[in-house]
Amino acid sequence: MTGVALRGLLARRVRAVLTALAIVLGVAMVSGSFVLTDTISKAFDSIFTSSYSHTDAVVSGKKLVDYSNGGNATVSQSLLERIKRMPDVEAASGALIDLNGDSTHATLIGRDGKAIQSNGNPTFGFGIDPSQSRFNPLKLKSGTWATGGHDVVIDSETAKKHHFHVGDTIGVAASGPKERFRIVGTATYGDVQSLGGATLAIFSIPTAQRLLDLDGYSVISVAAKPGVSSGTLVSDLKRELPQTAQVRTGKEQANEDKKGVASFISFIRGFLLGFGGIALFVGAFVIFNTLSITVAQRTRELATLRTLGASRRQVLRSVVLESFVIGLLASAIGLVSGFGLAKGLSSLFGALGLTLPQASSVYATHTFVISLLLGVVVTVLAGFVPALRATRVPPIAAVREGAVIQRKKRLGPAAGVVLFGIASALIAYATLGGHLGSGKSLLALAGGALLGLLGVAGFAPVLVTALAGVVGIPARRLGGAAGRLATDNATRNPARTASTAAALMIGLALVTFVAVLGKGLHGSVDRALNKQVAADWVVTSQNGWSSFPAAAGTAAAKAPGVTLASSIRSDRGRIGKANVTVNGVEPATITRVYHFQWKQGSDVTLAKLDGHGALVKQAFAKKHDLAVGDGFTLRSPAGKPIRLTVAAIFQPPRVMELLGGVVISNDAFDRTFPRPTNSLTLIKGSPTQAGLDRALAAFPDAKPQTRAHYVTAQSSFINTMLNLLYVLLALSVIVSLFGMLNTLVLSVFERTRELGMLRAVGMTRRQARRMVRHESVITALIGAALGLPLGIMLAAAVTHALGKYGVTFSLPVASLVIFTVAAMIAGILAAIAPARRASRLNVLEALQYE
Amino acid sequence: MNAAAAALTDERVLIDHSPPAVAAHEVARRYGEGDTAVDALRGVSLEVPDRQLTAVMGSSGSGKSTLMHILAGLDQPTSGSVEIAGVEITSLKDNDLTKLRRQHIGFVFQFFNLLPMLTAEENGVLPLTIAGRRPERAWLEQLLDSVGLQDRRKHRPSELSGGQQQRVAIARALVSRPTVLFADEPTGNLDSATSAEILELVRRSVDELGQTTVMVTHDASAATIADRVLFLADGQIAKSLARPSQAQVIDAIQEVPGQ
Repeated sequence: MTGVALRGLLARRVRAVLTALAIVLGVAMVSGSFVLTDTISKAFDSIFTSSYSHTDAVVSGKKLVDYSNGGNATVSQSLLERIKRMPDVEAASGALIDLNGDSTHATLIGRDGKAIQSNGNPTFGFGIDPSQSRFNPLKLKSGTWATGGHDVVIDSETAKKHHFHVGDTIGVAASGPKERFRIVGTATYGDVQSLGGATLAIFSIPTAQRLLDLDGYSVISVAAKPGVSSGTLVSDLKRELPQTAQVRTGKEQANEDKKGVASFISFIRGFLLGFGGIALFVGAFVIFNTLSITVAQRTRELATLRTLGASRRQVLRSVVLESFVIGLLASAIGLVSGFGLAKGLSSLFGALGLTLPQASSVYATHTFVISLLLGVVVTVLAGFVPALRATRVPPIAAVREGAVIQRKKRLGPAAGVVLFGIASALIAYATLGGHLGSGKSLLALAGGALLGLLGVAGFAPVLVTALAGVVGIPARRLGGAAGRLATDNATRNPARTASTAAALMIGLALVTFVAVLGKGLHGSVDRALNKQVAADWVVTSQNGWSSFPAAAGTAAAKAPGVTLASSIRSDRGRIGKANVTVNGVEPATITRVYHFQWKQGSDVTLAKLDGHGALVKQAFAKKHDLAVGDGFTLRSPAGKPIRLTVAAIFQPPRVMELLGGVVISNDAFDRTFPRPTNSLTLIKGSPTQAGLDRALAAFPDAKPQTRAHYVTAQSSFINTMLNLLYVLLALSVIVSLFGMLNTLVLSVFERTRELGMLRAVGMTRRQARRMVRHESVITALIGAALGLPLGIMLAAAVTHALGKYGVTFSLPVASLVIFTVAAMIAGILAAIAPARRASRLNVLEALQYE
Repeated sequence: MNAAAAALTDERVLIDHSPPAVAAHEVARRYGEGDTAVDALRGVSLEVPDRQLTAVMGSSGSGKSTLMHILAGLDQPTSGSVEIAGVEITSLKDNDLTKLRRQHIGFVFQFFNLLPMLTAEENGVLPLTIAGRRPERAWLEQLLDSVGLQDRRKHRPSELSGGQQQRVAIARALVSRPTVLFADEPTGNLDSATSAEILELVRRSVDELGQTTVMVTHDASAATIADRVLFLADGQIAKSLARPSQAQVIDAIQEVPGQ
């Protein structure tokens, strides 16, 4: 019986392959996500591991705050000397290398005078002692290490890409204005070819200290004498260390370094797997539908098997076996395609400005196991209802023409309504409670969306006839007899049309949701920025969100036409155990370029802000239970404390807040925070672009633009995000396209005799083609008619919940029209092959077909 | 008579005192309810004698197909009982019916119902395959010889003529040596020359293998090979003839009401 089932599958191999395609893409996405993230993970692993391969212990400044601009505390030269003299120490060396913090950065400047790296990837500036090669994670590829004050070694990838050679000069900007250096060599970080878009500039220790404005070292690497374990060395060192420093074994330090990256990688993995999941979900619909149709078409064959003594269990097993084989085949193809897709995803991220480090691709066991298992399980589950239906084929169907499978009472529509009800309740819970963002409510939202889609798919058969009546109007008007027949064909088996359309509905609903939400967010970002910024011009870093040298603000003030330039400093500080964003402002001028919304206090209070006064955000005041006049202590990333008194309380918008929890004067900021940098310099007056560019020529990382341009640039990340989501969701739309293709192929096959009859009574080939095409377009439009409103409803609920962030509901009409047209095109594409087949039928043979 | 058939006959001798292959008692079948109800069968009782060919004739709507479906356990009577090899089948559960089919029933269909992806031979042994049994080599060869398909055994149905396909179907029905073979209009889809060959084959399987057979047909020439012909009209047995000539059959058809 197993053999019979497999033979049957082999005989219907085209159909089997078409069915399999539905699951291939989803599995490819899953496998691709794993390969990509495993590869990135391996690249980082080798970066971090090679950093400490010959190091027994690593001494570094304690990390007090996350995401600091100024960087952690450093460790001093005298500490290095002390460590060197310790009895258990074989050798020790200091270096300025910090892969996670922001203190060791230097921007390389291309021949065009612009920063080589401007899209947010790291621009590392390191200082190393080449005489201590055992501790040096960098590998020299050509030339020599930097020794003099004007020498630099750059990474070989950048040298190659931007045609720099040993002996050339290159501009470098770190914490001050740019300077010119002579390239004396090229190097790589360990054995990693590319750090994923990151650039390296490697200097001698004194040069790096001067450029980066750092005292001492960011790390001291220590090697133990033979016979001394790294554990012993670490406890020895602990006794020597000041409060601001810490010591770890090389291995611990590598793991610590990996932590941040690991959570980033697992986020990317989860994100991509989510889309794989959606594609598999859509694929499940397609499998369900295709197998339902094939089972229906094989009624007579299945019934014959029953009359020959096959039990229901055998029938069930044979259909399940069929979906198992299809699933296995599809998963295997998907798995391998995923290897290619991983490269595609990597380029997709690259195109969106997120270059990821490269290593040779990693094919881990879990990639194989999870991809194959997921594909097979989804296919078998989706095929289970059709398989059960197959067992209900009565043996008498073998002799009785047109016998239909006995249906248990149709539960679909009722179950659909119930599911939709539950879904609505879940979504209401998630969006009306005012706590969207909590894990529970996001889960409720996702679950609600999923159940809602299933629910609509459940009662869609009831709607199909009415919907086809509406969306079929153009077909009937323009398509003539063929168009009318197409509408009839689309409605003759509503369940089939509904589940075909439902697959497309899922993709369209999600795309619509994303588009509506995106438009709402866009509006809220624009409004929040316009509300805050009162300047004519805004200076930001090249990427718009990291910080730039404070000196650039002073330089911009000197541009002709500038009447006022007010800089906002930015870093993170620590209060108690919590981290908070701290900004510095010019008390005298800030109110002319930034609009405060006061809860307590006023612009006047601000103007009088002294070195110990602080403005705090309302949420911050609430969290730390602070009122005006209360004092609190803030510590900088380097551990330096400052005692502050609350002078006023303000409330920035909830999105795109340009000022953080604590705002102090720039004087106080510069006294407290190491290496102060600006997040923004706001300018009043009427300077020209050329004038500002000239004034900022020494600061390649500073970018002046008008307020309008600034606002547009800031919200452009939403468009980038939307495009990424569209591309990833397109995958599930393609899956549903295969579903439409399948249904049409099978319908045309099923109606062979009928098509022959129509041809015999005078239907032209063209009309036959048109009939199939119109049916396909009608199905696609039913999908759109179900999906668009569903997406809009979901987005309406979510925008309502986000109302307090200034997100408003607004329909992106142009996008919705594009989606509808895209659905129609999908319909036309899916119909190409089936329509050809229908038009090429030999009339005589078709009539004799049974 | 060859060895296998002889063995079969011996076996039949042993069970000679056992109940008839098929027995029906007061079988009635009503379709639909209320005003639109149609009585397809109105109390049919019969016994199918062993090792004989019983033909059931009647016009369309006479209930002959319904009768065969009920006798074969494909359909349930509204009232009455049916026994196959002494087992009351109308109350059997699906699994028991499946076992009954494997052991006692063979089918030959009007439209052959062969599986297109299997070869002639594979189609022929399908009932055994389904039951998880292996065909005895000698028996299979004998069967293929007697249906005349030795040189076509590796062909697929699409490569065979209608007559050849029906021969495969007959081999398939005989392969498990069922208690009774039901043939539903076996010549209904064939030309007259091929029909004659198929009828000859059916007759031979009764004579040589002792295969009890029930054949539904509306073809007068088909009925002439039967040991007994039952004429159905209006859901009842209107007439019964033993080994009739073609002329007798045609007369009977015209005589029976409802024509």
